Amino acid sequence: MKRLVLFVPLVIFLGVAAFLFQGLYLNPKELDSALVGKPVPQFQLTQLEDPAVTITNKDLAGEVYLINVWATWCPSCKYEHPFLNKLKQRGEMPIYGINYRDERMPAVRYLNKSGDPYSINLFDPEGSFAFDLGVYGAPETFVVDAKGIVRYRFAGVLEPGVWARDFMPLIKQLRQEAKGIS
Amino acid sequence: MKRILTLVVGVMMAAAIHAAPIDTYEFNDEEHRERGQSLAAELRCPQCQNQNLHDSNSPIAMDMRLQVYEMVGEGKSNDEIITYFTDRYGDFVRYRPAFDARTAVLWMGPVAFLIIGAIGGFVFIRRQRAQTAGSVEVSSIDKEKLDKLLKDQQQ
Repeated sequence: MKRLVLFVPLVIFLGVAAFLFQGLYLNPKELDSALVGKPVPQFQLTQLEDPAVTITNKDLAGEVYLINVWATWCPSCKYEHPFLNKLKQRGEMPIYGINYRDERMPAVRYLNKSGDPYSINLFDPEGSFAFDLGVYGAPETFVVDAKGIVRYRFAGVLEPGVWARDFMPLIKQLRQEAKGIS
Repeated sequence: MKRILTLVVGVMMAAAIHAAPIDTYEFNDEEHRERGQSLAAELRCPQCQNQNLHDSNSPIAMDMRLQVYEMVGEGKSNDEIITYFTDRYGDFVRYRPAFDARTAVLWMGPVAFLIIGAIGGFVFIRRQRAQTAGSVEVSSIDKEKLDKLLKDQQQ
């Protein structure tokens, strides 16, 4: 019995070591979004291409959709852009763009040149809507379900691997849920 | 020579000016300034992660800092301001997380370790004392050996 007590420090050490070792493989950029499970925040922004057009929550679809935060000053956004175009081509779902802390003209020019994957583009020069979404950089992508509830947030470049691993199963599930409702 | 000196001094002054993030925000009174700055020092920048809002130069930290100052200016309480940020960025933005089921280990851990250490130390010291105070017990085999050794010595 006394012998066993001597092993207590070793056990504690192994416990702490296992805990810290696991920490090595966590991605500090993957923060839990405080918004997951909550509705998309209220917003009122102009359309990127036309300052006269105002867009609010009502203009977003009643089906599963993506919100993609992007900007022309963001190199990673340019990197993920072709994949977004591909998603648009496949007609998977509406993608709403939030042009984040950007300028209107260069952003429109960029989309004309490189293709426009977005159903609607919101112009958010002060980042106010992005702020309400808890965005801290670009690119970031949100998955919103048919009821307008944010279900997933992804910070970083959206590419096929991530899409297949994180997005596809979730979107399938959300569509099933939506079918269940109607 | 004088010109060069002027240039050098000028460059040094310019460097000093750009050494820290400078906000042009003006507080209404001293109390607001102190509260705003202490709140900004207590909130973590979600982009840079190892800096608070007060020290960080990243654009998002700048936005958040201004937001803090504005809310202080509007007369919002500290709790209201912190809730505003945790609603958007989660508990992560707080350097001092609230006490709840998830953070209980974090808060109570050090206290628990202290108590365990104190108990361990107490028991250890008690045992040591008991050992030195009590008479030394010698087993019968050892006693035989000892007697034999002593006898050999005497012979």
